[in-house]
Amino acid sequence: MTVISTTIGQSVSRIDGFAKVTGQARYAAEPHPSGMLYGVIVNSPIARGRIETIREEAARAVPGVVEIMTHLNRPHTALFEKSYVDGLGVPGSPYRPLHDGEIRFNGQPVAVVFAETFEAAREAAMLMEVDYERWPHNADFEVALHQKYMPEKPRSNYVPPKSRGKAAEAYALSPIKVEGHYHLAPEHHNPMEMHATTVIVEDDGKFTVWDKTQGPQAVQAYLTSALSLSKDQVRVRNPYVGGAFGSGLRAQHNVFLAALAAKMLKRSVRVSLTRQQMFTHVFRPEAIMDIALGATPDGTLQSMIVEGVTDTSRFEHNMENLVVWGLINYKCPNATADYKVVPRDTYTSSDMRAPGAATGVNLFEMAIDEMAYACSMDPLTFRLHNYSDIDAMHDMPLTSKALREAMLQGAERFGWQNRPMTPGKMRDGKELIGWGMATGIWDAMFSPTSARARLTADGRLHIATAASDIGTGTYTILAQTASEAFNIPLDQIDIELGDSTLPQCPTEGGSWTAASAGAAVWLACQSLREKLFKTLGKNSNISAWLTEGLRHNTVVLQDGFLKNTDGDEAFEMSLRDALSLTGQTELEVEETAKPGLRGTISQMRKARFTHSAVFCEVRVDEELGIVRVTRLVNAVAAGRIMNPKTAASQVRGAMVMATGMALHEESLMDERVGRFMNHNFSEYHIPAHADIPDMDVLFVNEEDTEVSPLGIKGVGEIGMCGTAAAIANAIFHATGRRHYNLPIVPGD
Amino acid sequence: MRQFSYSRPTALSDAWDDFEHARYLAGGTNLVDLMKSDVERPNHVIDLNSLPLNKVEELPDGRLRLGALVTNADTAAHPLVTERYPLLASAILAGASPQIRNRATNGGNLNQRTRCHYFYDPDMACNKRSPGTGCSAKGGRNRIMAILGTSEACIATFPSDMCVALAALNATVTLAGSQGERSVAFRDYHRLPGDQPWQDNILLPGEIVTSIDLPALSFGPHYTYLKIRDRLSFAFAIVSVAVGLQMESDVIQKAHIALGGVGTKPWCVPEAEALLEGKTPSLSLFRDTAECLLRGAVTDRDNAAKLRLAPRVIMRALSQAADGTPQSQTYKSIS
Repeated sequence: MTVISTTIGQSVSRIDGFAKVTGQARYAAEPHPSGMLYGVIVNSPIARGRIETIREEAARAVPGVVEIMTHLNRPHTALFEKSYVDGLGVPGSPYRPLHDGEIRFNGQPVAVVFAETFEAAREAAMLMEVDYERWPHNADFEVALHQKYMPEKPRSNYVPPKSRGKAAEAYALSPIKVEGHYHLAPEHHNPMEMHATTVIVEDDGKFTVWDKTQGPQAVQAYLTSALSLSKDQVRVRNPYVGGAFGSGLRAQHNVFLAALAAKMLKRSVRVSLTRQQMFTHVFRPEAIMDIALGATPDGTLQSMIVEGVTDTSRFEHNMENLVVWGLINYKCPNATADYKVVPRDTYTSSDMRAPGAATGVNLFEMAIDEMAYACSMDPLTFRLHNYSDIDAMHDMPLTSKALREAMLQGAERFGWQNRPMTPGKMRDGKELIGWGMATGIWDAMFSPTSARARLTADGRLHIATAASDIGTGTYTILAQTASEAFNIPLDQIDIELGDSTLPQCPTEGGSWTAASAGAAVWLACQSLREKLFKTLGKNSNISAWLTEGLRHNTVVLQDGFLKNTDGDEAFEMSLRDALSLTGQTELEVEETAKPGLRGTISQMRKARFTHSAVFCEVRVDEELGIVRVTRLVNAVAAGRIMNPKTAASQVRGAMVMATGMALHEESLMDERVGRFMNHNFSEYHIPAHADIPDMDVLFVNEEDTEVSPLGIKGVGEIGMCGTAAAIANAIFHATGRRHYNLPIVPGD
Repeated sequence: MRQFSYSRPTALSDAWDDFEHARYLAGGTNLVDLMKSDVERPNHVIDLNSLPLNKVEELPDGRLRLGALVTNADTAAHPLVTERYPLLASAILAGASPQIRNRATNGGNLNQRTRCHYFYDPDMACNKRSPGTGCSAKGGRNRIMAILGTSEACIATFPSDMCVALAALNATVTLAGSQGERSVAFRDYHRLPGDQPWQDNILLPGEIVTSIDLPALSFGPHYTYLKIRDRLSFAFAIVSVAVGLQMESDVIQKAHIALGGVGTKPWCVPEAEALLEGKTPSLSLFRDTAECLLRGAVTDRDNAAKLRLAPRVIMRALSQAADGTPQSQTYKSIS
């Protein structure tokens, strides 16, 4: 019997890797339709006010300039504001590019120059002169804190904090107390591929929109709604996405402006942002958290009080699940949390990898470390001592939680048992060595998703769904899923993603794609097999072994063949031959996966999370304070792991990003003008290779039949959660000094 | 980027005079960036890459001449440089990335512009970019700005690493222009901003750097280039120190020190160097030297950390040099 070597759980290399490294994979700014115009955006230098005059003469005089689109000459768009709410939009009044002359944030597009060449468009954009009436603004986070509020209508995915016990009284009575005022700087997503859109105006006038997005169907819905276009007039494609980290969750202004221009000019256009312009839209909000913890001397948590604030724009209410994580993850009889947002005259902050948790878990885990020390208890022991087997905030059982195993296995891999409790005890030359740990938690989500499976005359299996592979390995794990579900070799499978015309799939994000699209593909393949067998069974002209086998249910698919398990090895048939016997040129099915493989909702009564335990070694120069992260171990409990290679790669990538959160990344707001000033990679520091050590990612065995149809939890965000705290806690262990502000930079 | 014309002369000519806003192009690692950001707006670009300035050669008097067009990478790897001027090689390798060092030239390194956020953003007031508009770095996000040599008009840091070593080494710069050739001490090449921050250096219109000449000097193992930055590679200095000590037994005969990351130009204080001469190394001596080097420092909103860090970095660098344990640029632990 042949053994299938490429299936679920195997470390398969990316099936799209060759196309990517050879430049065949096409990204949003890469199609070159004939006659395409290049659009360059002109950005507002002020944060609030009104456009007084636009002088275009010099710009229009540049040879090759075709049109300059402003709020004064743009074509008609939807009348009502609600038409501009995108699928993942937040409550409030959505930003409508070039809607009118009002300026609501620094960097707001005020014009787009279109020319025959990119160079002409850029030069003309530089020659645009715009006069503004300036209105007072506030972009200062500290000042905005005086205006904190709770939006009347919270975001749809907002989890309101739920109090238990009497937190304030219990805190007052706790013999051991720690209190900290924590701060996280704003960060920008900065995927390698900048945001860009190419709109191809087809011969029939329809638009094929190549956009950098995490959700082609969401962008299609947004464009048709905001630009009053009919649904069949817009097709959105994003077969390859060069990273996004959440910046592609909402339709960005480049796609609106490109489509608007195509409507106006009836020509194909491209609008791409520069790296500097990547700092004019979404960012991870700045945050403060006040955390007070009370415990008894034996290290038992008695009270947790968490108050948190993140910033949003003046026109939309972006919210994060910032303050709930500790309340969910720790056993503690008394706990309360409060969350508010503060308005600034900036663009709306937005979800960035593990939104809410990246900030809330890391800052909370820094406080837990301090409490462990206040109780003179090893931080790992302290966490095990206060371990909760349930969602302690909702008092709900969990589908699974192998965090204990993750902590123990991670500790063993790291060598945690050799750690001296007292800070500053390990050194090498002038470097103090510190070991820190933290735990991570993130939602394990599932969203109804559809997929199509089609068997074609050449015996190949084609899988299609409107999922986006934002660099995570979705193509590969879906191929593995299909390979196992249909029992067919990987190289006989074609995967089609990133196209709004494909079966419905939610926007990629929140770590739900593997679980959701994976289940849809699994279902579709099962269903296709049934259809194949059923159709074959109707044919009286097939060989006896097959007729008998189908009748007795002993025919199976195996390694791309139909075989009768009850008979001789010789009785097998290729898929190509089988299909031709059905008399059809192809067989196709489409299925929708819902929570529970067959649509049950029992697991809604249980809470679902991914967990992790991160261990870190840092070396800190004792005189200069320079920090080097020298070891990182992350033990992840994320249910079934589809592909250890791509999964570990995702976790490592997030750990790099979290290292940036701990030590490097900070968007510097100049509140006098409302602009993030370090808007380039020279001064917005993401970790360089020298900053990143060998990273050890291990997956803890966690069988979970309830969390999602295939037992998958997803691994896109979990690496963010806990890693930054582990680094900060390791710095404490090296130096004996606590830092409450991330990133921790030289001179702090 | 705006339209410009382009020429590539094979001999230094008076091409400059034909244009109102000409710029010289060598490696392009800074100029092209600035043109894309609309900070530099030349109407003509004179590509220098066909000029015969791409050699490293020994001069009869024992000095070493670095051609202006030799790349930073080739300079750092040249056997005569690694053998005689490891301080310079180390400083070059502390800067930028291998890709940039492969393109960037020695002459261009001297003439690179500041990385001040406000200089780089044409929407912001900047006296260095647009004379008379004001300095928005003052009172702004200025963690990376200078604390030494600043003026009311400008607090922009001069960003080079290589130049810090050249200042310590007391190099000489050779210039050529329509008025002929001249030589200036490296320490006099860059200007303080004063009330004319748009003039970074003493180059006359049309003049170019043809070479950098290094004096015959040896520190043995008693040198270091120590650079503190916001990540462990590929970032401009918060504070950097180039030190070369000529020592006999335990006594410092002559000291060469320059600071980077803190000044509006590579920062040298002859009095601080003199403090060390004839003395045996000690921490208190190094503390006095640091204090002397940093005398007159002025901090603004965000950059007080530089003044906190700088004395410690200077003292460590002096210890490294005195101990003969120069800082490695590949192994990131600070020795």
